[in-house]
Amino acid sequence: MGDTLLEIQNLHARAGDAQILNGIDLTIRPGEVHAIMGPNGSGKSTLAGVLSGRPGYTVTDGSVRFEEKNLLELEAEERAREGIFLAFQYPVEIPGVTNNYFLKASVNAIREHRGEESLDAIDFLSMAKEKMAIVEMPKDLMARSVNEGFSGGEKKRNEVLQMLLLEPKLAILDETDSGLDIDALRVVASGVNALRDENRSMLVITHYQRLLDYIVPDYVHVLAEGRIQRSGGKELAHELEAKGYGWLGLDEGASA
Amino acid sequence: MSSLLDANERFVALADAIAARDAHPGDAITSLRETGRAAFAERGLPHTRLEEWRYTNLAPLSGLSLEPPSEDGRIDRSLLESLATPVFACGLAVFINGRPQEALGGLPAGDVSLTSLRDADPGTAGRLVDVKQHPLAALSAATTEDGIVVQIPAGVALEHPVHLVFVSSSPDAPSVSSPRVVIEAGAGSRAVVIQDHVSVAGGHAHFTNAVTEVHAGANSDLQLAVIQREDDADIHASNVAVHQERDSRFASHVITLGGRLVRNDLNVVLAGSGAECTMNGLYLGTGDRLIDNHTLVDHAVPHCTSHELYKGVLADDSRGVFRGRVVVRPDAQKTDATQQNPNLLLSDGTEIDTKPQLEIYADDVKCSHGSAIGRIDEEALFYMRARGIGQRDARALLTRGFAAEILATLPGEALAEALTADFVARMTGGTGA
Ligand SMILES: Nc1ncnc2c1ncn2[C@@H]1O[C@H](COP(=O)(O)OP(=O)(O)O)[C@@H](O)[C@H]1O
Ligand SMILES: [Mg+2]
Repeated sequence: MGDTLLEIQNLHARAGDAQILNGIDLTIRPGEVHAIMGPNGSGKSTLAGVLSGRPGYTVTDGSVRFEEKNLLELEAEERAREGIFLAFQYPVEIPGVTNNYFLKASVNAIREHRGEESLDAIDFLSMAKEKMAIVEMPKDLMARSVNEGFSGGEKKRNEVLQMLLLEPKLAILDETDSGLDIDALRVVASGVNALRDENRSMLVITHYQRLLDYIVPDYVHVLAEGRIQRSGGKELAHELEAKGYGWLGLDEGASA
Repeated sequence: MSSLLDANERFVALADAIAARDAHPGDAITSLRETGRAAFAERGLPHTRLEEWRYTNLAPLSGLSLEPPSEDGRIDRSLLESLATPVFACGLAVFINGRPQEALGGLPAGDVSLTSLRDADPGTAGRLVDVKQHPLAALSAATTEDGIVVQIPAGVALEHPVHLVFVSSSPDAPSVSSPRVVIEAGAGSRAVVIQDHVSVAGGHAHFTNAVTEVHAGANSDLQLAVIQREDDADIHASNVAVHQERDSRFASHVITLGGRLVRNDLNVVLAGSGAECTMNGLYLGTGDRLIDNHTLVDHAVPHCTSHELYKGVLADDSRGVFRGRVVVRPDAQKTDATQQNPNLLLSDGTEIDTKPQLEIYADDVKCSHGSAIGRIDEEALFYMRARGIGQRDARALLTRGFAAEILATLPGEALAEALTADFVARMTGGTGA
């Protein structure tokens, strides 16, 4: 095929004053699901932050192309409108703004960018209802302030709901599984799987192999000390699970 | 000081000119004017060496050569409808430059009685405000032309709000209007009153100097929304004095969205046990506007409750002042009083002076207070941007979210929606948002 959705080359980045990413190379083609695993502090969230345009990071070397664009030149909102979605490791609470209002504003910002008509309250609601069913989201969460007083599981479902509504080209899931019990994990995974198709790509960041039983990746990469130390197929995740991060000669053994 | 002295003399002359325009010796207005004039002539405008006025310099006011208000407001019904906040009311009274306009008001008032102050008994107004303590209220009394008495009979529950619209307009010269509102909520009555201040764009600065007196009868339930949406050139002073009897419930909503210089005094006396009072406020500063809220709740008897929440949003080079006094008298045991003043600063040029002042002389009480000064939450901002919402819209949405806690408590959805829309429009119109 030869078509590439995301191409990361020799990416070096600082978080604040600390050098965190030390030369990342990664190519993602349409339809592929890549998993990134790695010990705590290895730079997984930093990579997600650099890709999504989170303030506070400085790219010191390397490049990132998304489709035909230099991704690093785009503002966070432009990246989102181009089709990059970050499911937050720690979803943010926004007092006074209802989930419904927020999601509608978001959907319409992206529709506007695509040259589509914006949805009115009624059309939005019927679209949202369908997606809410997929993640088993209780109706009353739409009328409440964004993430305020949501349980950990509800926050992560809300992230997946947003992803379902925005239909990104590339979804980056930053430890969407952390803190979830097995039922919530299954719901979240089925939401993600509902979106899988031959054009949509995913970058699934996780500390544990468990999630990858539900979202089966095409490729697994192990990140440590700001570099991809090893890449392989889905069996690499099982190997890691069995042998721990120490197996790769890395400092931190994951006690998963 | 000489300019202040000049101003005092000019303002006394202004009061005399207004009084000479239509004198009706012996009526409620004349007695109000006389008391006000005497107090103002003795004390004059307040200066910043007075504790109550430390942060609020009235130079923009004392510098104005105020005229009696134009009698020709040049306002017709369609202009009025475009200015007034949309409210489905059961009683409507319209004032232009402090004078009632029977032709523009005149919804059937039903169970509520709306009377011109001119037709009220002498002594109807002025009972709750001590003009010796409140210099601007003294000036208001001295320069008042009319007012309205809202009477809700005992036991009556009004289905819809009473809407009082005050339109100001200074087409030819800076001018003053000093409307007086007297609300008498009978025992066991229930009502919502909306005091809606707007101005006609263009022309000269207008100084609205309003005084509102609320008598909340036993077991009455009254909500008062004071809405200040004038032009950014205008000056607004408001003095709301509330007297609550046994088991009454009173809630005020003071929403300040316009005006170059705004000073609000709210004084509540909890005079009968079991009285509950809620004081909500929202102020939006843009440009170089100054908004000052001084509140005082006086727990005079046991078993009363007061909850106060004033939220401030300051952009550009605007300034906010909040001073909240809570007095708990020696025998006011079992008092429950809370006070909060969170402020959201949208730019570095803003300034907020916030000060709670609790004076507690009883020992079995529950009192808490807090003020906070915050900025836009960067994490929330990024969250919104990561969902495709542009920086500017995201800031507006977060700010609106901050204000929602107050706007959502306004009586009536239409009112809340209209003020939310106006809040957002004025905030995003400023460069700070
Ligand atoms: N703003 C910052 N300033 C300095 N160090 C940071 C900053 N943000 C993250 N770090 C550090 O960068 C390293 C990688 O963090 P992160 O990308 O969050 O790791 P992971 O997601 O893999 O657990 C950690 O050691 C963390 O402490
Ligand atoms: Mg992380």
